[in-house]
Amino acid sequence: MKIKIFEMFYIKNMLQKVFEIDSSTSRYDHFRRNIRIIIIVLTMFPLTVMALINYHQFLKSLKHEIITPEKVLVNKTRHSIEFFLKERLSLLKSISHMYTYEELADIKRLNRILYVLKKEFSGFVDLGIIDGNSGNQLCYSGPYKLQGKNYADQNWFHDVNLNGTYISDVFMGHRKFPHIAIAVQHFEKSGRSWVIRTTIDTKMFDNFIAAMQLGEKDDVFILNKEGIFQTNSRMFGDVLEKCPINIQTSGHATYILETQDKHGDDLFIAYTHFNYPEYTLVIVKSHAVALRTWFALKSELFWVFLIGSLLIIIVVFQLTNVMVNRIQEADQNRELAFRELEHHRKLSSIGRLAAGVAHEINNPMAIINEKAGLMKDLMAFQPDIKYHEKFMVQIMGILKSVKRCRDITHRLLGFAKRMDVQIETIDLNELIEEVLSFLEREALYKNIEIKLNLSETLSRIDSDRGQLQQVFLNIINNAMAAIDEGGVITITTSEENDETVLTSISDNGCGMSEETCRKIFEPFFTQKAQGTGLGLPITYGIINKLGGKIEVKSKVNEGSTFYIYLPVKSKK
Amino acid sequence: MDELKILLVDDEQEFVTTLAERLEIRDMNVFVAMDGETALTIVEQKLPQVIVLDVMMPGINGLDVLERIKSIDSRIQVILLSGHGSTKDGIKGLKLGAFDFLIKPIDIDELITKINEGWKKYCDSQ
Repeated sequence: MKIKIFEMFYIKNMLQKVFEIDSSTSRYDHFRRNIRIIIIVLTMFPLTVMALINYHQFLKSLKHEIITPEKVLVNKTRHSIEFFLKERLSLLKSISHMYTYEELADIKRLNRILYVLKKEFSGFVDLGIIDGNSGNQLCYSGPYKLQGKNYADQNWFHDVNLNGTYISDVFMGHRKFPHIAIAVQHFEKSGRSWVIRTTIDTKMFDNFIAAMQLGEKDDVFILNKEGIFQTNSRMFGDVLEKCPINIQTSGHATYILETQDKHGDDLFIAYTHFNYPEYTLVIVKSHAVALRTWFALKSELFWVFLIGSLLIIIVVFQLTNVMVNRIQEADQNRELAFRELEHHRKLSSIGRLAAGVAHEINNPMAIINEKAGLMKDLMAFQPDIKYHEKFMVQIMGILKSVKRCRDITHRLLGFAKRMDVQIETIDLNELIEEVLSFLEREALYKNIEIKLNLSETLSRIDSDRGQLQQVFLNIINNAMAAIDEGGVITITTSEENDETVLTSISDNGCGMSEETCRKIFEPFFTQKAQGTGLGLPITYGIINKLGGKIEVKSKVNEGSTFYIYLPVKSKK
Repeated sequence: MDELKILLVDDEQEFVTTLAERLEIRDMNVFVAMDGETALTIVEQKLPQVIVLDVMMPGINGLDVLERIKSIDSRIQVILLSGHGSTKDGIKGLKLGAFDFLIKPIDIDELITKINEGWKKYCDSQ
């Protein structure tokens, strides 16, 4: 009992689910959408992560490749400039050692030395000898009138007296052009001190910068420790202006800085500090130029990623469609199978019930029949009884109703009983013609045309002749009932495949609604006033028992077609 | 030729007595039994030529009664009656020697035709 209840509950649930599936295609849309999202996320997530990792690693490696040569270049240039300045400083030291104060105070000799320096070494502008105590320029060789000028109050003079050497920042001075001053203090044995001082044209820095062979959009400049330009900058300002970029102006390493210019463009800055003097050499490169290869690659990477993603999405959509459609198809088949199962259960239980009811009704019906029959007999033997005619009418009414009940119970019993199938080889065309011979008179009477399209090459089938006769009789009878006078019934036989023959019976009658089509094989469902609702269920049961299948298609006011599929070889 | 004697056997009293009366109106000699035992007694005492026998009865069922009737006199023609409509019973009955098989409610004219046919067969078998 418990098992039965469980089974019923299970079947009910399954049918409910099936019904839900059938009634709601949005369920599949939902399912389809979820699968798509999951697959796309599962495939796109690792792809995106990998793309991002590659993107960053490649950028990092490319930056490193760009930075290293820039570092080397900035260091080399610094070394060259440092060497240039040290060389000038050493020259001054050598001159101070090679010549005495008196010799250098001789203007002719000083002119000669300056001439040689200008000729053999670049950058020298002038040369002066200054008294170490008073700060007076004792002798001067150069383009300006600086003979006798006193430097005692100037910072550089104090610095050179303090440190022995001095290299200045770039300044304009009396000369009104950017230059630097280099000075060396010399002590004589007598205790006298004097300073030899020269001016170097900073155009020499430009020569060093030009030798770096940078691109048109690159910038190179030198800053002093206060961040003042010692050379002109292409991007940020002229000599002696304050540099707008915040660059650290002390330290011993080579530094890399990424920042933006005033237009918001990304910049890539490499800089290094001089040991002496306290200068900073700065190289500025635009990101767009430095990472030109990277941007090209990034664009290619983007397209590869985009096309790859699109392909994944297209494939996922197509695969999901195929998969969900198959699931939907399988669900529909399952639903059909459940309906069939339900139908069989219904038929079987109604069959058992029908047999019981028919038997129980038949006995009292037999008594009523005999009692009424006896009354009829008595009336027939005694015609002079009062109200004879009226009684006869009533008795005939009872007998007619009994006959009707008998027909119903006989049909019920026919529905319930399971006669043994007697298989024989049958020519289906011949069988249909045989059935039609029973109905010819009625068709003629109702002026119904019966058209036959019987296949001449139709295979003979193994089946039960008597039961097939009942099947065709039922269906053709129904077709005749469905059409008015002058209607047409078309019967067609054909081979569905090697194993199945198909018979279709069409009428151009009143047709049925979809709802009716679903119910016509259910017992006791009828649309005829005098119908029992058992004809088609019996037909369905017989065809099923013979291993066949019956289907119906119908449209209201257009007619109905029954398709009967029968196996060529009996499976029983 | 002897007079036709008919035995009606059915556990439904109303049915069997009414049917008997209807046959008697038609000048037939009818005996009635409500169960198998009584039926067999009447067969032995009255020797009916045609018996209308219900298949489903309490006590000895119709098919057993048929077998015993046939063992008493194989010439007796038995028409089986059933309210159940099972063809299996009919086929079984025919195999046991029943003359025919009718399903309730019956048509009196059809029954009389069968009875007459049965009597004719009985007479022919003498």
